[in-house]
Amino acid sequence: MGSITSRRRFLDYLLGTSVVATLTAILYPIIRFMAPPHIVEAMQNSVVAAKLNELPPNSGKIFKFGSKPGLIVRTASGELKAFSAVCTHLDCIVQYSPEKKQIWCACHNGQYNLNGENIGGPPPRPLEQYPVNKRGDDIVVNRA
Amino acid sequence: MIIEPLKNWLDERLSVSALARAAKKKEVPLHRQSIWYYFGGMTLFLFVVQVVTGILLLLYYRPSAENAFESVQFIMTEVKFGWLIRSIHSWSANLMILTLFIHMFSVYFMQAYNRPRELTWVTGVVLLLLCITFGFSGYLLPWNTVSFFATKVGTDIAGVVPVVGKTLLRFLRGGDEVTGATLTRFFGFHVAVLPAMATVFLGIHVLLVQLHGMHVPARYEQNHRRMKFFPNFLMRDLIGWILAIGVLAALAALFPWELGVKADAFAPAPAGIKPEWYFLFMFQTLKYIPAKVLIFDGEVIGILFFMLAGAVLFAIPFINHSPEKYPRRRKIFIALGVVAVLYIAVMTIIGYLA
Repeated sequence: MGSITSRRRFLDYLLGTSVVATLTAILYPIIRFMAPPHIVEAMQNSVVAAKLNELPPNSGKIFKFGSKPGLIVRTASGELKAFSAVCTHLDCIVQYSPEKKQIWCACHNGQYNLNGENIGGPPPRPLEQYPVNKRGDDIVVNRA
Repeated sequence: MIIEPLKNWLDERLSVSALARAAKKKEVPLHRQSIWYYFGGMTLFLFVVQVVTGILLLLYYRPSAENAFESVQFIMTEVKFGWLIRSIHSWSANLMILTLFIHMFSVYFMQAYNRPRELTWVTGVVLLLLCITFGFSGYLLPWNTVSFFATKVGTDIAGVVPVVGKTLLRFLRGGDEVTGATLTRFFGFHVAVLPAMATVFLGIHVLLVQLHGMHVPARYEQNHRRMKFFPNFLMRDLIGWILAIGVLAALAALFPWELGVKADAFAPAPAGIKPEWYFLFMFQTLKYIPAKVLIFDGEVIGILFFMLAGAVLFAIPFINHSPEKYPRRRKIFIALGVVAVLYIAVMTIIGYLA
């Protein structure tokens, strides 16, 4: 009798593991399919953000830096500054506010000064700042 | 006559007469709070409107970043009554969330979730979450600036969830950023995954309501009359639904749903950007939380708080059980509900006016 129950238990075990194995074989590809593939992008280390003449003092412009937006600001005194335009709060795109002479995020009223430091509203961290160079008429932004 | 044999043929196979007998027996309690019974059925009706108008929109909508905005524009300007169908879809979605909230709070305040209706409540909360996800995913489909930023913020919030946040964010966005891949995914959720899930949970929810009948608040338990569901209550339901169609048509005609400006991944968020009204109270809360709370980022605290509130919402029937045994707990829950309604109302109004 003992051998029959242990044989039955063995068969149950085989059946159980094959059910689990089958389910795994079905579910694993489905789960991997749902996770989007990582797309490797060529890292862009410098970009022409704007032409000098399209950026009067006390204004800003969004530029494309790789796959992310950047913000180039020409301060009222004519200084050029570049930042990541991605708000550190919840991923919105910031803009330069000429009235307040600040960087501002419209989504949740986050405020940054012209050094990219978070000075008001919910943003928890400063904006990443990039070095700026002038090359002739071009404003060139580099990755720090 | 052919009718009689046909009836018998069907009856033998489908037990129609048994169903008809059961329908005849179904009654609805009549008392001073009976009005709240209509809001569940109203929500269901608006859901049906969503299904019908949604299928119609599918005839023209094209789910890609290149085409989505233009296809909705085409629906609004070229397709006959396209503006009407799309506006009704948007208005009805909003009214459905509203009636759903009214339905939920009426059940909450009458404590109709007590034994044996705990699972009716739980499936109802699942349906609430599904409807909010419907709203969130559908909002992106026209691919305009407001919807683009709403999705950026909303999915970024999902990324804050401990442990699984980053994986969840990539799953929702179909990558690291909100792009056409996100739109394709949201479209799939909106027209396939969510409808399938909603159908299942709606089925269970309605079945449970049939099983347990309408809940009667304790103070009317002894003295209330009853109304036949069929046809008396259903006829009253019908009047409500006809009124709803009228309201929807009027709203769609007087305030056709705007399309806005096509999304641009390299443009700043427009000033005055706001989410849909049912997210406003959370949106406004996130504005008020300071950047840092102790060592944590403020937004993390806010989001964890709302997740906790959601978990409590599910668990309510199991926390506040046996009200006759614990009358004090009953009162606390009523007070909590009043606070929640006031909080949502005040924050929504501030968010709307800001």
